[in-house]
Amino acid sequence: MGLEGTVSAGTLYDKVWDMHRVAELPGGSTQLFIGLHLIHEVTSPQAFAALKELGLGVRHPERTVATVDHIVPTTSQVRPFADSLAEEMLSTLEGNCAEHGITLHGLGSGRQGIVHVIAPELGLSQPGMTVACGDSHTSTHGAFGAIAFGIGTSQVRDVLASQSLAMNKLKVRRILVEGHLQPGVFAKDLILHVIRHLGVKGGVGYAYEFAGSCIDALSMEERMTLCNMAIEGGARCGYVNPDATTFAYIKGRPFAPEGMAWDQAVAWWSSLASGPDAVFDDEVRFDAGTIAPTVTWGITPGQGIGVDETVPIPEQMAAEERPIAEEAYRYMDLAPGTPILGLPVDVCFIGSCTNGRLSDLRAAAAVARGRQVAAGIKAFVVPGSEQVAALARAEGLDRLFQDAGFEWREPGCSMCLAMNPDRLEGRQISASSSNRNFKGRQGSASGRTLLMSPAMVAAAAVTGHVSDVRELLENPCTFASAPAETRPVATSPSLLP
Amino acid sequence: MSDSPFPFGPIPVLQGRVVVVSGDDIDTDRIIPARYLKCVTFEGLAHGAFADDRLELEGSHPFDRPEHQGASILVVNRNFGCGSSREHAPQALMRWGIRAVVGESFAEIFFGNCLALGIPCLSGDHATILALQQAALRQPDASFRLDLATAEIHSHSPGAAAESTQRWSLELAAGPRQMLLSGQWNATGQLLSHDEELVRTAARLPYLAGFALV
Repeated sequence: MGLEGTVSAGTLYDKVWDMHRVAELPGGSTQLFIGLHLIHEVTSPQAFAALKELGLGVRHPERTVATVDHIVPTTSQVRPFADSLAEEMLSTLEGNCAEHGITLHGLGSGRQGIVHVIAPELGLSQPGMTVACGDSHTSTHGAFGAIAFGIGTSQVRDVLASQSLAMNKLKVRRILVEGHLQPGVFAKDLILHVIRHLGVKGGVGYAYEFAGSCIDALSMEERMTLCNMAIEGGARCGYVNPDATTFAYIKGRPFAPEGMAWDQAVAWWSSLASGPDAVFDDEVRFDAGTIAPTVTWGITPGQGIGVDETVPIPEQMAAEERPIAEEAYRYMDLAPGTPILGLPVDVCFIGSCTNGRLSDLRAAAAVARGRQVAAGIKAFVVPGSEQVAALARAEGLDRLFQDAGFEWREPGCSMCLAMNPDRLEGRQISASSSNRNFKGRQGSASGRTLLMSPAMVAAAAVTGHVSDVRELLENPCTFASAPAETRPVATSPSLLP
Repeated sequence: MSDSPFPFGPIPVLQGRVVVVSGDDIDTDRIIPARYLKCVTFEGLAHGAFADDRLELEGSHPFDRPEHQGASILVVNRNFGCGSSREHAPQALMRWGIRAVVGESFAEIFFGNCLALGIPCLSGDHATILALQQAALRQPDASFRLDLATAEIHSHSPGAAAESTQRWSLELAAGPRQMLLSGQWNATGQLLSHDEELVRTAARLPYLAGFALV
């Protein structure tokens, strides 16, 4: 299409890109309009300072939304925070938002939480938008059929000033997943499986379109988990074509269109999906039915194996994968050929923008119900947002976890990146529902991380070691006091997924 | 650490000593651990560059070795800068003294963050980068000259004859190359110059016209 008018043919990526094209820039990049700009306390203060230095204002404060997530403590959130640096970051964000007329969903507002959890649950993330945020996991919002990507602080400055960015168009790889995930296998396992096979740099230069019968059947929260980790495969954005599942999720949320506008929105959103004429730069297929619960053993998210497999041996790897594997054996203190099943863990973390939503807590609760955290294990649950926390409490999940010996915390990014007091100590090993197992990621320079689904983390917590959650689900604890099926108490039905 | 000023204006040529940090998939958590992100300015980040790796290597990390102090060209391997989008990573490298990065490949967000600071990231194939790294390790005091117009890097050791100069061909996409050569790598001014186009684009987006944010 041209710069005016209706939706063109092609992939969703092409259509959204074309609609948001502002101008072609010298040197061949494109100026792209940003429909939704999400900001938080870590990557925005320097951008606001630069804006002030340049004498510029915020062009579209009404398209800019702020929350606080990375540095907030998850125990007491009473102000001022005990950590004066964290307090300074939050008060700086508060000052910047007040000065520029930007809505800040702050602590205790009922809407605070991890930026990639709250924007969807508030109905801010919608199909056909371009979404940018100074955080690599912005790819999460692609679950709605948005083109969403992480940016650095200089680009945050540019979006604040101009509501646009200089970008280069990506290629599109369609990842077709057919069939159904087996019981005990989740979206987290699917994306770890995809990254295992396509590599952590396989997606560089691409947007990932996730499609196929398996993806069609996923809930919005599962699609968010999937798109969230596209960046771990090197793809700056991942997306799913919008469908009835998408529309049902958005409907009734605080920032969703209403009345006539809703019908018009659905018609437009529906027209955005990649059409039968869409041409992809690449296509890869996966069979969902063959995927096992997946656990990382190494120091990149691509170093994943099925829970019933052993740590791979160098001879089975491509030559170029061996150096990083050797580094991983040393750092993780895991020998090639070691079964991952039964590996003892120290800390179990359920939360993050990957897996801190209500369905994640329910999946973990189904394993924890009636069981006890194993001796010597520190296990804690950090809801992704105040809203997730409220919905979880309404169905008794907080009590269920606490009865099982888990700590129940306040919302935030927490030990995913350990910018708050939640962190590993020394060489501790964590079973973590987060997204990165990089060296030192969880706050200790020698700490070790095993990535897995929230249900698998709960299984590790109650057994004390890496366990196959399928076995625990097959043999549920019969002395559970909670009802077998905990459906939500409908305090706020329109907000339920 | 370097006292030279931060990048400004056109960047046709960079000259300096090389520091090699080898290894694939070096993520931005390793370039600057998250605890250093607790700040509201980028000042003082130089000390955080590779902090945990340096701790682990107890003084033998390339960034700690005396012969690499003052180096300005960082040579790396594949997928450098993957992971978190934190601009603190190139900021820390820049404040340590790095003015260009040469490697086998770069994560996209990291590449863009460097470009926005006027730090070119040039890539070369495996054999080229390996040869460059070996040459630099053999002669840590050698001066290297990175020419952005030709995307070449060449070296000569102090006192050596001109014919002993070594030369390696690298790649830098036309867009970023032109931005750096022309000094327009800071996009803010360009973006703001399209005011009318920005208004027109906003006006045709259905979600801004019909169902806008309240």
